[in-house]
This record gives sequence, C-alpha cells and structure tokens, in this order.
Amino acid sequence: MIYNEEFETLPREVLEALQLKRLKQVVQRVYHTVGFYGKAFDQAGVTPDDIKTLDDLKRFPFTTKQDLRDNYPFGMFAVPMSSVVRLHASSGTTGRSTVVGYTKRDIDTWSELMARCFVAAGLTKNDILHNAYGYGLFTGGLGAHYGAEKLGASVIPMSGGNTKRQIMILQDFGPTAICCTPSYALNLAEQGKAMGVDMRSLKLRVGIFGAEPWSEKMREEIENALGITALNIFGLSEIMGPGVSMECLEGRHGMHIFEDHFLVETINPETGEVLPPGEEGELVFTTITKEAFPLIRYRTRDISRLFTEPCRCGRTLHRMDRVMGRSDDMLIIRGVNVFPSQIEAILLAIDGVEPHYRLIVDRAGNLDTIEIQVEVGEQIFANADEVKVLQNMERRIVKDIKDYLGVSAKVKLVEPKTLQRFEGKASRVLDKRRI
Amino acid sequence: MKVEQISIFLENRPGGLEQVTGILKDAGINIRTLTLADTSDFGILRMIVNDVETTSRVLKENGYRFSRTNVVAVEVPDCPGGLHGILAILAGSGVNVEYLYAFVERSGENAVMIFRFDAPDKAIEVLRQNGLTVLPGSKLYGL
Repeated sequence: MIYNEEFETLPREVLEALQLKRLKQVVQRVYHTVGFYGKAFDQAGVTPDDIKTLDDLKRFPFTTKQDLRDNYPFGMFAVPMSSVVRLHASSGTTGRSTVVGYTKRDIDTWSELMARCFVAAGLTKNDILHNAYGYGLFTGGLGAHYGAEKLGASVIPMSGGNTKRQIMILQDFGPTAICCTPSYALNLAEQGKAMGVDMRSLKLRVGIFGAEPWSEKMREEIENALGITALNIFGLSEIMGPGVSMECLEGRHGMHIFEDHFLVETINPETGEVLPPGEEGELVFTTITKEAFPLIRYRTRDISRLFTEPCRCGRTLHRMDRVMGRSDDMLIIRGVNVFPSQIEAILLAIDGVEPHYRLIVDRAGNLDTIEIQVEVGEQIFANADEVKVLQNMERRIVKDIKDYLGVSAKVKLVEPKTLQRFEGKASRVLDKRRI
Repeated sequence: MKVEQISIFLENRPGGLEQVTGILKDAGINIRTLTLADTSDFGILRMIVNDVETTSRVLKENGYRFSRTNVVAVEVPDCPGGLHGILAILAGSGVNVEYLYAFVERSGENAVMIFRFDAPDKAIEVLRQNGLTVLPGSKLYGL
C-alpha cells in the first residue's frame, strides 16, 4: 500500500528532474538567507549557479554536527522565528544539543512523510496506533503522532515509561499497530509475559521500530514475542525526524528513502569521496523541501549502503540498508543519542568530581544500561571520609546525567587504579552489547 | 588532641582487602584498630596505625585513594552505661557523631572509643568540661 502513489512511484528521470529543480532552489535560498552557508559556499569557491546537474552537489561543502553546535541555538534557521511553529532538540547540555525548527509547511511535509511510513507498514485509518516513542523535545513521539493523525488512524499518545500501564492499555484499547524503539518492544514483551499476559494474543499486527540500531535477529525475536510483523524506520531530527526512510511490508529489505524530499549520498568517512550505490559508507542527506532548517550535505555519521534495484512494492524510491554502525563515538542508549564528551562535560561541572571515567554500555535483558565508572577524586575524599559524602556525589552525577541527557545511568565510584589502564579517548567506552 | 586515622577507599570486590593489608604488612605497619564501612559498591576502611607517615607513603605509591582523617579518642568507663553517658553529654551540646568504633586496647581500666565528630573541637571541649579523658594520638598509638 502506498500513501502518495504519484510521488512514491515517479519514474526515475521525472524524480531526478524534480530533485534538480528543488536542489537549485534550496541552494539559492540558503546561500542568501543562512549566514553559515553564504560563508561556507564562498570559502569552497562555489555559488548556487554551479548546480547544473545533480552530480554538481558533490562540489559543495559538507555540513557537520559541529557546525550546528557552533550555531546553537537558531543560527542556521532560514526563516524568521515568527514563521517557526515547532522547535525540537536532541539531548545535551547548553551549547551541545542540536536544535531544529519547522514552519507550518514543514510540519505538513513531515506529517505526510510519516503517513507514507505508516501506509508502507500496511496501516489505514481503521488502525489504532500505540505510540510509545518519547513525546517532548525528541522528534520521535510527535513525529509519529502527527503522521498517524494525518492518515486518520486512532493514536494513543503513550510516550515512554510506565510499562505496566502500557501493557494494560495494549490489552484494554486493543491497538493494532505499535511504534517504539525495538529494545522497548522486547521489554514490553518480557514484562507482559511476567505479568501473565499472552502478548501474542493481543490485537497488534505490525510494529514500526527505529531510533536505535537493531538486527535481523532482533526482528525475529520481536516478531515471535509479539506475533507481529516488525518493520524498520529511519530518521534524524536534523533532516526531519523519523520518516526519512521506511521499510515496506512487501519488500522487508531496506528502507525506501523519500527522495522527493531528501537527496542521499554515501561517502567515505575519511576522504569525503562519494561512493557508488552498493558500497558501505556514511549517509549524507540534503533537504530539498524543508523551509525553516534546510541542510546541505549533512553528514549523519551513520554507516549504511544504498540499493537501487526495483522493489516488489512498486516504489521507485531507492532503499538504504539498516544502519548498524557510526563513524563517530556517539552511543544510542534506549533510543537516546549520547556522546561520551557530554558525560565528561557533566562530570567536570560537578564540584569535586574529576573527569576520569569509563563508560560501560550493556544490555540487561532487553534494555540498554550504562554504567559510569568514576574515579574517586583526591579532593572529595580528603575533605570528608564519610560514606554519605560519596553517596551524595554518586546521586548528584546520576541526577545531572538524567536531567541533561535524559538517560538513567548507574554510577560506580572506583579506585584510581581501575581506570589507570584506560587513558586515551578510544578506550573510554566499553560497549558490551551484541545486537 | 586529635588522632590521625587512615581512611582508604576500596571497591567492593574479592581480593581488595587482601591486597591492601598485604601492602601494609610488607611495609611493616601494625594496625592498632580498624573498621570497615560498606555499601554495595564500595567500602571505606578506617584504621589507626602505628606509623601514619609510612602508611601514607606506601598507600600513595600503590595508587590508593585515602585520606588522613582527624578523629577523637575518648576513654569510656567499661561498664553498662559507659558509652551512653558520653553520648548523652554530646547530644546535649549539639555535636553530631558521624561514626564511631572501638579501639582494641584498653587504657588502664577504661575502654577506648574512636569518634568522628562534625565539630571535633567543640566535642573535645565539651567532653573535657565533663571530666572525660581525650587521648592524643601520641598516647594512643603506643597503647
């Protein structure tokens, strides 16, 4: 099933002509309305007129997350704030989170893209959707919500947490579709089972999962545990939110990218060279219809590859493989993006805590866990040797991490020797998860 | 009038205590009394040793996180009500006891308790005013 027959099945030449037209417009617009792009293009020696074919895109400079941070909070908006109707942000302390904005038209576009995603998963207006993506500054919850409403489905705005209640709602309201992170889906299944609920007998038929990497093996586990079809959705708030690409029910192999709105490239992360489809590389997106926050050649740091073979669903949109790796040190903990440097900044800001730490990321059952091992500093111990002093410090770190990053971490104070072997950035993080 | 106690931060793992006591043994340190405060993840080993300087040096050389904490050693009548009497005096003065433990050796007829106070100077003054004996480190280490 296809939401927008016309645009999702455009013949490639027509799609590419549309892309070129839209690309010329956005490059022209950002050059004149976004200071960052005016400078960046001048420095690279390119002008909007240099876009004559889609191939000319590679002559333009990349945009990175650091560029967004340097222009925090609204420096890269291409419209006045009076035209911005929504703001979203990734987690992080001041100056470190990424802020994105949407005009009314952007919200309509986003809603349509999400509607396309739900229809690709087989939903209709007769479906009831259990939306357990987080509502708030995170784009997942509201993104899915508006898309499902646009489609006309009945949305249950569950957001995250309160698992026992969620299981009651699954039984009482009988939603037919669910969307959340894949690890949360497994967590619901496990907790439901523990509550004596036969999770396979629920009315759920299909699930749309994303916001963190997950494997074919996990797909099988989810499908077995809940008795549903589990499909993959991809997105990032900088480009739109969820809804940049979506797996189709018929194909179940790779996610169709909504190329009428986003140009995609895969590059060699070291050299920046554009790779041909089929080769694994870093995903780079250019938004060709967004008004408030357009981005040119944004480096996602997500590693994937593109398929150009036709799909049995009939969509002519190229597909991307599931994202299984990153080309930077970002971690995804229960769907939340976390950079080790953010944790370091939080530790530094607490009096008496020295930023000598190690992160141990694991998965207990189905939920990601993060343990921050922090060396007991000289200062804090010299002043008072009471247990309560150390415990208060532990609690403060846990609270600040939760407040700033939205992640529940365990903090363990360790002896200096434990961390001595782990100098140097590369070994600060031990990720024991095997997805 | 105060006593220097060594407080060592230890992770709660097998072998932790064995390792640190081994280091002290090799340095010829005699532990006069000790207590271990525990949480699920870590413990604080508190001890009165016969040679605070050497102990500090070897702990530092071996990468331990420790502190030299000022505590107060008080003679306690060795009979029912001995400890209670002292605590009643302190409670009346508003001084708070953070922790306490017993010293292994006696001082004459009396037991000896080690106290960590939130206001040690005030505590010492109050105790003396009430006729109690506070032992300085020099006397304590040699008991």
